[in-house]
Amino acid sequence: MLDQTQVERLNAEAVNSAKIRQPLYAPRRKIFPKRASGRFRQFKWLVMAITLGIYYLTPWLRWDRGPFAPDQAVLLDLANRRFYFFFIEVWPQEFYYVAGLLMMAGIGLFLVTSTVGRAWCGYTCPQTVWVDLFLVVERAIEGDRNARMKLDAGPWTARKLVLRVSKHAIWLVIAVATGGAWIFYFADAPTLIGEVFRGTAAPVAFATIAVLTATTYTFGGLMREQVCTYMCPWPRIQAAMLDENSLTVTYNDWRGEPRSRHAKKVQAAGQPVGDCVDCNACVAVCPMGIDIRDGQQLECITCALCIDACDGVMDKLGRERGLISYATLSDYNANMAVATAGGSSPVNPSLVRTDEGKFSDKLAHFHIRKIFRLRTFVYLGAWSAVGLALLYSLLTRDRLEVNVLHDRNPQFVTLSDGSIRNGYTVKLLNMIPEPRTIVVTMQGLHGAEMSVVGIDLPADRSFAVPVEPDRLKTLKVFVRQPANQVESAAQTFKFRVEDKASFETDEYTATFNAPEIAR
Amino acid sequence: MSTEHIDDVSGISTTGHEWDGIKELNNPLPRWWVITFYITIAWAIGYTIAYPAWPLLTSATRGVLGYSSRNDVKNELAAAEAAKGKYVAAIQAKTVSEIAADDALREFAVAAGGAAFKVNCVQCHGSGAQGSAGFPNLNDDGWLWGGSADQIQQTIMHGIRFASDADTRQSEMPAFGDIITAEQINQVSAYVASLSGPVQDASLIEPGAKVFAENCVACHGDKAKGNREFGAPDLTDAIWLYGSGETAIAAQVRAPKHGVMPAWIGRLGETKVKELAVYVHSLGGGE
Repeated sequence: MLDQTQVERLNAEAVNSAKIRQPLYAPRRKIFPKRASGRFRQFKWLVMAITLGIYYLTPWLRWDRGPFAPDQAVLLDLANRRFYFFFIEVWPQEFYYVAGLLMMAGIGLFLVTSTVGRAWCGYTCPQTVWVDLFLVVERAIEGDRNARMKLDAGPWTARKLVLRVSKHAIWLVIAVATGGAWIFYFADAPTLIGEVFRGTAAPVAFATIAVLTATTYTFGGLMREQVCTYMCPWPRIQAAMLDENSLTVTYNDWRGEPRSRHAKKVQAAGQPVGDCVDCNACVAVCPMGIDIRDGQQLECITCALCIDACDGVMDKLGRERGLISYATLSDYNANMAVATAGGSSPVNPSLVRTDEGKFSDKLAHFHIRKIFRLRTFVYLGAWSAVGLALLYSLLTRDRLEVNVLHDRNPQFVTLSDGSIRNGYTVKLLNMIPEPRTIVVTMQGLHGAEMSVVGIDLPADRSFAVPVEPDRLKTLKVFVRQPANQVESAAQTFKFRVEDKASFETDEYTATFNAPEIAR
Repeated sequence: MSTEHIDDVSGISTTGHEWDGIKELNNPLPRWWVITFYITIAWAIGYTIAYPAWPLLTSATRGVLGYSSRNDVKNELAAAEAAKGKYVAAIQAKTVSEIAADDALREFAVAAGGAAFKVNCVQCHGSGAQGSAGFPNLNDDGWLWGGSADQIQQTIMHGIRFASDADTRQSEMPAFGDIITAEQINQVSAYVASLSGPVQDASLIEPGAKVFAENCVACHGDKAKGNREFGAPDLTDAIWLYGSGETAIAAQVRAPKHGVMPAWIGRLGETKVKELAVYVHSLGGGE
């Protein structure tokens, strides 16, 4: 018989023991943002009203373009391949305007980010705006943070069911309205809304509404901050654009630390104590559920609601606002150096204050000058250059154009009297919504005459043709030159088009080919 | 060999793989991601049931929806045919001259005829209808058998020297090598060449004109302007089907080539032939 201490203990472990088992997924930690109030919240309400207003109302603006074009101010007419924006009408070949606008958006983003950080994320991103809107609904129905947390943790009572169902119902209504508003940009809105309600609209309209309803409801109501954290590439990109002079939402631990909930007791014990009372108000209002006091982080969309929350607390305590504030990294580092005596000691808030308790003169403050630095001027310059180029091209663009395709097969035809004929496909572009009569004239090419298929004109060097409003007219034009007038195997001449009413003209230089022997 | 360990900074274990000193944290996926992943799997299974998917020995599962991309194509083609119906009916009812006079119909017929031309005619006439030696250029204004839309239609329908069609256009130039002397052939060739350009030996022209008057005027006319009744070419113009110049003309006088064009009515039907006639007529030489 062995004593039990003599039994050999094997070094073995179950493969699925709790110690080494990995969770399959990380469940979402629910966030219940508390209502904030303050100047940034006010500003966000304003931005929300403007952006939502633009989105929902734009398709309903009217703009009179006469009887031959739609009267919707902003319309992407995919079926007819026209884009209308107030007084601007864009044809598909002018789509480079969109490329220009995208360049401006990109450079504008650099500019905004390098000055005021992730302002796009915090104020104007549709995800932020719609989440904010959905939170308004949630708060109105379920109450503020504590009430919502209690409701969420509580059992499924009739009241909870009613609240939850009505919340999701209103979310869905907003989602349908959001998806619904989108389609009005692509067709005449007053006509389309009637068709949608009668069920006679095109299937693609209903499919679009369904898809956008689903994304709005899912992203705005269910996924919220996860879209920014997991799905969006913007936070990664924008973080790379920030520099030490960009404004970001910053917890100023040079005056906040060491934080304490019992400041008086700590002070009495002779320990240094900062302004932060560790009330967690900044965490409670955060729609991303983070603690700004942990420093600048990927999840922070810089909505500045923590600034509002903290300012409110500081006001109540009679301390200066700005424990959390928009600050640049360079200012923060300078102030940190003051508070830590050049990094030689832990943060001591007494170092940033004078004996009277006022802030020391040595502290750095943001100055508007910091916005005007080489980097922002370069961005502004590039942005303006693209904008001015677009504007110039818009103001000087042709509304009457001629394009010519020279027949290549055969390049020329020898006729029975020995004369040489070339064929051309001439396209007349009437790019205004009014009917016009266009005069097409040949310039150059000695002794040559034109004839046009389908138009009975005495063979001549000029003819007039009506072109429908906002349309392209294709003509088959034959040009014939007597053999003894042919100068070389490839002569150039011009097709000139003119609108006699508006004096607009355009030209196309074409080639006339002849066999070598015809000379 | 992978070795797992707990990362000091985050307290999370690594996947155990290492690339140049870089290790990957074994963070769990967000739940929504996992749910989405499962939904895609369910979707894939549903898809393979609904649509043709699983390969079998000789075919594949059909899918409960009975979808087939060939049916799609068939339906699209049927829809395209139905959309063309209005024009096709009008083309059937009208003559080619009437079709050519109607803007919308002409546009349709030119497009349809152009497509048919690319399939049936380019082998001889070339992709641009420019022809080649022995095959006429259809862009120019020289027509052996007439260049009106109706005459072109007639030519396409019944062909030229096409033995199996009773209504085919028929003519045959005799081989004058057996009828007149070699000298006379040289003389008449010089005469014909002189009608549209200079010749090397002007002394041949006058005897040549005599030979021409005795042998050729019956078909080519006393002014050598040709005769469309027999498909006899105009010998005074710049267009030469079998080559220009005295040598080429002499060869044709001695032992003429006779081009053959098939009759297309049986193969293409009346509508296509009309469309082709309108297309050829529109190429620039139509009369």
